[in-house]
Amino acid sequence: MTVPPDTETTGTPEASVAIESAPKEPARPVGLGVIGWLRWGWRTLTSMRTALILLFLFALGSVPGSIFPQRGVDPDKVAQYFANSPTEAKWLDRFQLFDVFTAPWYAAVYLLLFVSLAGCVLPRALSHVKEIRRKPPAAPRNLLRLPYGEAFEGGLTVEEAAAKLRRKRFRVVTGPDWVAAEKGYLRETGNLLFHVALLALLFAVGAGGLYGYRGNVLVVEGDGFANTVAAYDRFMPGQRVSAESLTPFSFTLKDFQASYVGSGEKMGQPLDYSAKLSVQDTPSSAPRDVDLKVNDPLDVNGTLTYLIGHGYAPTFKVTDGKGQVAFDGPVPCLVDDQATYTSECTIKVPDAQPTQLGFVARFLPSTVPNGNAWVSIFPAAVNPTVQIIGSFKGDLGLDSGQPQSVYVLDSDKLKPLGKMSAQPAAPLALGETRDLPDGAGKIQFTGVKEWITLQTTRDPGRLPALGAAAAAVLGLVLSLMIRRRRVWVRMTDRKVTVGGLTRTEGDSGAFSEEFAELVSLLRDSQDSPDSQAPQAGDRPAAAPVEPSTGPDEE
Amino acid sequence: MSSQVNTGLATLSDQLILATVLLYLAAMIGYALELAFGRVRTVAAAKRQPVAVGASSADVLPSADVLPETPREPEPEAWAVRAGGIAVVLTWIAWAGNLAGILTRGIAVDRWPWANMYEFVVAICFAAVTAFLVLMTRQPIRFLGAFVTVTAALGLGFAVLFLHVQAGPVMPALHSYWIAIHVTAAIVASGLFILAGVCAVLYLIRNDDRASVLPSRKDLERITHRAIVISFPIWTFAVIAGAMWADRAWGRYWGWDPKEVWAFITWVAYAAYLHARATAGWRGKAAIIVSLVAFACLLFNLIGVNIFFSGLHSYADVPS
Ligand code: HEM
Repeated sequence: MTVPPDTETTGTPEASVAIESAPKEPARPVGLGVIGWLRWGWRTLTSMRTALILLFLFALGSVPGSIFPQRGVDPDKVAQYFANSPTEAKWLDRFQLFDVFTAPWYAAVYLLLFVSLAGCVLPRALSHVKEIRRKPPAAPRNLLRLPYGEAFEGGLTVEEAAAKLRRKRFRVVTGPDWVAAEKGYLRETGNLLFHVALLALLFAVGAGGLYGYRGNVLVVEGDGFANTVAAYDRFMPGQRVSAESLTPFSFTLKDFQASYVGSGEKMGQPLDYSAKLSVQDTPSSAPRDVDLKVNDPLDVNGTLTYLIGHGYAPTFKVTDGKGQVAFDGPVPCLVDDQATYTSECTIKVPDAQPTQLGFVARFLPSTVPNGNAWVSIFPAAVNPTVQIIGSFKGDLGLDSGQPQSVYVLDSDKLKPLGKMSAQPAAPLALGETRDLPDGAGKIQFTGVKEWITLQTTRDPGRLPALGAAAAAVLGLVLSLMIRRRRVWVRMTDRKVTVGGLTRTEGDSGAFSEEFAELVSLLRDSQDSPDSQAPQAGDRPAAAPVEPSTGPDEE
Repeated sequence: MSSQVNTGLATLSDQLILATVLLYLAAMIGYALELAFGRVRTVAAAKRQPVAVGASSADVLPSADVLPETPREPEPEAWAVRAGGIAVVLTWIAWAGNLAGILTRGIAVDRWPWANMYEFVVAICFAAVTAFLVLMTRQPIRFLGAFVTVTAALGLGFAVLFLHVQAGPVMPALHSYWIAIHVTAAIVASGLFILAGVCAVLYLIRNDDRASVLPSRKDLERITHRAIVISFPIWTFAVIAGAMWADRAWGRYWGWDPKEVWAFITWVAYAAYLHARATAGWRGKAAIIVSLVAFACLLFNLIGVNIFFSGLHSYADVPS
């Protein structure tokens, strides 16, 4: 604000612009009636100071969400936190610091903020509707006492002045010897648009959460997926989502390809991922080929499927002690090291006879010997090998009814096969077979497939949220860039005084320019002795004066 | 996407950035000489009366209430003023070098040249200097030169020393036209916020009771506010564009990734600043401090988040 607050309303009281909402301390309740307290509470809640405090709290409350792992974002990290420092984690959990953005206290802050916002914006919207139609107030007595004022000699008439100001898109009212003009109503409109858009955004986000869902699934090359709740590894529905409402598409993963930088400092950095899918939008529609890439999800009627991650699924053939093939297929391995895609595999063979078998293995996509060990040096499967780290027999614990991770061997009832050697054996090359100790059978490394992880999302709130966000930006630009300003002109026998003021923050520099321009425009009338003054703006032809005060820029 | 890198151009880019650092420092010395030996400003004690304003002062930013600046010395040293003029020329040359450094890197790797921390910081310094130079064509803000160029030189130096990575291709997640929209908006907004931050710091240094080479606190506060008013919508847009990109790349438009959290905190903090001024009527030091808190959030988001938190933003490619 250019003008210190105490000078900006110099002039008459009616000169103050009505858009101001002064930071008034809400009056304490008079007497102690419930109504009085409620009214006081409401006024306090919807006051600007409360809103500011809530705004700060909102920001502050988000901070722990970036410091501590969040269940909704990365549940594994939270579990790890619990494992590493249980007591601390328990306390953090007590304050819901692992679920900040869904915590009741966080919701309390933003709900209060938005109630405060609504309580402030709705009444303002109503008064703004009146404001838009309101005429600029009559000229104050002494225009030279306004923040901007200037006087000159000239034969300007009320009609001329009014016409000139109207042409500058001012809304104009005239009196016997004065003209009042105002401009910049869109500022307030923009401000309201912005705040209402924020409310709309909150609703869109909330509705998206209620009526949308998210699911994650891992698919190995050659396998398929059908969009049903049961097919997901992890399914997170909104409260209003039923199993039947899922879009019934399906697809097969035909091939996945990743390319990497082959040499130099960035060797091994991924360049491109591409998953070739054969998609059926409905069970009866013809399959279509889709090339799924990062940044380019599959869209089936608004249900989007994203390529999130990938890894290796070496295939194994396990023959048990009775000579029967007990397992033959891919085993998705967890990526241990992103730079080389060294992966950890767990092979469970529940069908093996006479006892179940389990293996822990390491998959090395580009194997090179390193001393008396082997390492992977590149993420692509250039020289894939599998190192069997542990072989077990016994009970895999799959029948206990307890859910079990496919990536972990439950070693309670398992015994190592043969003698554990300190050094893991040489890795199996592609196609190689190893006999198991104790006559338990043999295991063959038969091939390499890749897996991808996908996320499927349906969020009906996306587009409304986008619309609200766009409206918020538009409103913001209007409310920050447009100035609300008033100009008065008074004529008393060849003496013309012009006064102006603006209530807009910070850019009175621009207004003083505009004011100077207006003054020279008004000066510039035909019979004025001062017409040598700088001429700006259009030269007025004696335009007929419209009697009404039409709206200007709305 | 090719992985070919034109190493000749990449090296040229590195050299250009080094030269730019030196030029910014040279310009900074010129500005500093002008500040040290040039005009000294005092703030007239008299409270400003609303007075008639002629067209004469209309082209000055603080125009309506430019406070009379009384030179304490009879006249500023002519050579000092010339030093300032030379500094402006040097700044333009350095700016061109900065631009050329960015362009050559972009051409060398055949992609938008702001896909890792090093490139991002280089671009932000460029944006800050651009904001300063553009504003200077319209407003008398040459006094800011020393502070803006030293900030840019420090930023670039930091990038060269600690963040530099070889020019090269980027992660698949960054293959998107959204990098042009989201990151460019973030860079432009950050450049302006830096300008505002510099003014806000100067505001705290400036003591209106004493003569100083700096303009009055009021002018500094006004420039701070102006820069934030311009950049806040751009930042808002950058955050929204980021959400739209996240919707393409990660399967949700908002997921409270650390970068998202801090972009949001920064946004709320700047909004709090605007509210503190517009509606709560805060002026002066209180508002300036709110703006600096917001600025600290911005800087933390640009640098701290990449170092302290791991998130999905794969550009945060900080050499360890
Ligand atoms: C309870 C919450 C809120 C209330 C009561 C509130 C109230 C107001 C009011 C009364 C104005 C009037 C400005 C004027 O006409 O000069 C305003 C302006 C503004 N509000 Fe809010 N607001 C709230 C929340 C927010 C939020 C959450 C944001 C964004 C983070 C925001 C951003 C803005 C901006 C950017 C302006 C324009 C500031 C300026 O004119 O310089 N508001 N707000």
